[in-house]
Amino acid sequence: MSCGSGNCGCGGKGHQPEPEAGPESPVTDYIKSAKNNSRGSVPDPRNAFARAIGWFFSTIMADMRITRVRIISQAFFFILFLFFVVITDLRYLKGYPVSLFLEVDPLVGVATAITTGTVYKALILGLILLIPTLLLGRFFCNWICPYGTLHQLTNFLFGSRDEQQRIESNRFSNLQQLKYVIWLAMIVAALFGSLQIGLLDPICLFHRSMATAILPGINLIFPDTFYVEQYFHVGAWLIGGILLFFVGMNVIIPRFFCRAVCPLGAFLGVLSRFSVIRIERDPNKCIDCDACLKNCQGASDPHTQLRKSECFVCFECIDDCPVDAISFSFMPNKEHEVAGPPLPGRRAALASLLGVAGYAVARASGDSDANFNKKVIRPPGSVAEEGFLERCIKCDQCIRVCPTNVLQPTVMEAGLEGFWTPILNMKVGYCELNCTLCGQVCPTGAIQRISIEEKNGRGQFAEQGPVKIGTAFYDHGRCLPWAMETPCVVCEEVCPTSPKAIYSHEVTIRKRDGGSMTVRRPYVDPSLCIGCGICEHECPVKDHAAIRVTAIGETRSTERRLLMDGGDPSSLLDLVKKKR
Amino acid sequence: MNRRQFLRHMALTGTASAGAMAAGFYLWQREHFVPGFQEQSGITLPSFVAEKAASQADLGIAHGSDRFAVTRAAIDALGGIQRFIKKGDVVLLKPNVAFDRPPALAATTHPDSLRVIAQLVLEAGAKKIIVADNPINSPAGCFLKSGLQAVAGELDLELMYPEQSAFTNLELEGEILRHWPLFYRPFERADKVIGIAPCKDHNLCSASMTMKNWYGLLGGRRNQFHQHIHSIISDFALMVKPSLVVLDGMSVLISNGPTGGRLSDVKEMGTVVAGTDMVAVDSYGYTNLLERDIAGLDYLHKAHERGLGNMNWQETIWKEIRV
Repeated sequence: MSCGSGNCGCGGKGHQPEPEAGPESPVTDYIKSAKNNSRGSVPDPRNAFARAIGWFFSTIMADMRITRVRIISQAFFFILFLFFVVITDLRYLKGYPVSLFLEVDPLVGVATAITTGTVYKALILGLILLIPTLLLGRFFCNWICPYGTLHQLTNFLFGSRDEQQRIESNRFSNLQQLKYVIWLAMIVAALFGSLQIGLLDPICLFHRSMATAILPGINLIFPDTFYVEQYFHVGAWLIGGILLFFVGMNVIIPRFFCRAVCPLGAFLGVLSRFSVIRIERDPNKCIDCDACLKNCQGASDPHTQLRKSECFVCFECIDDCPVDAISFSFMPNKEHEVAGPPLPGRRAALASLLGVAGYAVARASGDSDANFNKKVIRPPGSVAEEGFLERCIKCDQCIRVCPTNVLQPTVMEAGLEGFWTPILNMKVGYCELNCTLCGQVCPTGAIQRISIEEKNGRGQFAEQGPVKIGTAFYDHGRCLPWAMETPCVVCEEVCPTSPKAIYSHEVTIRKRDGGSMTVRRPYVDPSLCIGCGICEHECPVKDHAAIRVTAIGETRSTERRLLMDGGDPSSLLDLVKKKR
Repeated sequence: MNRRQFLRHMALTGTASAGAMAAGFYLWQREHFVPGFQEQSGITLPSFVAEKAASQADLGIAHGSDRFAVTRAAIDALGGIQRFIKKGDVVLLKPNVAFDRPPALAATTHPDSLRVIAQLVLEAGAKKIIVADNPINSPAGCFLKSGLQAVAGELDLELMYPEQSAFTNLELEGEILRHWPLFYRPFERADKVIGIAPCKDHNLCSASMTMKNWYGLLGGRRNQFHQHIHSIISDFALMVKPSLVVLDGMSVLISNGPTGGRLSDVKEMGTVVAGTDMVAVDSYGYTNLLERDIAGLDYLHKAHERGLGNMNWQETIWKEIRV
């Protein structure tokens, strides 16, 4: 370690002469300190453990500083995240696990386990993070989390360069309680079946921002980079604006989101209480210079009693300490730490109350029940609305992968609880008949991973029939052949079912001028319509189509079906046979 | 302030004021215009028609069971691919990939149809083959599921998606088609153009064959075409003068067109028609493959009357072969 390298951020100031000369890394120093910590000559098992780690770092990593290893790890996961975001597209998606970050996010796994009582498919991978967090603390925040890396990078590029200012901005602040309040309120709401963690979970938030605002925004400026045709998303300004707000806040409070808002950080912080290795300051060596705060990412007070719940395990303090008083230690002195999160009991009670009350007032609006909105047309394979609110984490991966741009984040259509969940907007796109990509990337099973055969009721699923997401209805006052003596029936042409759900009859009409003309007037057969909406999308009456799909008739809910025999396969099959 | 400073400051202020005035006058729009009624200009596609010897056929009709052999035979009947493709040509192949459907449903150009024609073109010494279409369903899905993307990968054909920047305004003296966004990028480098269309039923205009195939070269609000569908399709014969069109009637979509959806919508007809006159090719397809009465197909009559082709295919020079 040399402060002259310029990498440690100290700018060459404030470093004491190194106590011992030699090309030693902080890790070897750490081993030394571990040795010093051992009392007497009795062999201490902690010593052996420390030696093993020391051997690993001193031989395998040679002179590699651990903060540099960390930066490599952050860069790797950041690039991997962006890679997955970019290839979540029919053209490039070749079975890559594009939702991997969401699947290893333990908050997603645990919260959906609370709402549904199950762990859906790959969400079991959340254990991969849960276990090491219990041992090491919140290392995820500063080694893996791509959103955390974005904030750190922003702060590095645009944050204050003044050393004293940085030290002051990295002291623990009571604002950091906020994230525990947010997390607890969300978990309590989850107990009632309302999954809201996705609003602020960093992985969900980052995925959502990329899918709905950032990639379409980049594509606007550089056409044809991500889309064949420009994608648009309802309310992208809000989603993008929130991302920019959190990113911008880094200039005022470094890593504001990570420290004060992030519910995943709060969850990992709660778990960090159990961690067995942590940053430890040797008060006998410490000269109280506060240099350890210069680059402290979590504002975890390494200069005094370490707040385990706030520490991101970034190792910057070890690098910055001029007297090597700080080390990464196995079960150090309990008195030198604040183990639990900074959440006083009464504030926790308030958070719980917020969760209960928030659930109650949101659900009482009836948006998911008696007053459901006709525009809430859910993607094919979606579970019934109540289950959807238990599962959807608003990560908008479905919206990213949708090949027609039909999937849009809601604003208030699905109620407050359904904010940013996906619905189909046929003005923008339509549901592709032979496509189930939304269900393939959904990490939580809000959209189940149905096959194309299941979706279209083919092969062995012919008995149960196709999955319907809504039904199309004509608006005769706007339809060209119905109201305006003009031939059209684009709707019939594009209808993808066989037999077509849209059919037309030729009629001879008397025109305004008294002459006669023959036009085809279209009709919908509700037993065949699957609600894909390509008719609405292709209708030339573009602003408010003459045929529109509404949610009624969806198969996912018996409450919202349309035809009494619509779910009865025998009558449907009879009809199909008749048409043949 | 001394005199030098005063002069310098005045010069600066003067320059800035003069600059602002110059910029203002330069940008000044003195006349109004009526939005939506501005003059439009655009490009007209050149003719890609190959030279023809008097004895060479206009129409090659081949029957058989193997798509590769039948397609080759139909083109051979016209005098072989060398009649159309010269060494070093860049060739645009325009399939119909309108829908996101697997090949068996016959709603899109069959991958084997593209494969055999691409092979012939490459054998004739073409430098490069471009495959392009602007589908109705999402382009990526259509090219993938129709199987054409696989063929393009296998034979190293350049697949062009209808990206935003690939469109240019068309200019045409059509019956109804005048200015419209044209998928022009594939034509920028093309020396020759070959249309490869499946033979399909169509709910509105009764049949989609080689003329209707050019629909996929246009962008914009195509859903307005249906109000004058027959005029539009006849205008396509004016818009594109291809080197060759191939109508693939091996499997014909006879009902529920143009999307199809069930195997029962498809009928095996074992025929491929190649030709230089798309009106003649389509009239053969309509009467002999879809087996319908040509009196009812307005767009052929319109094109015929405007001299864009001959709807009485028997009057052209035609050759029929059984493989």
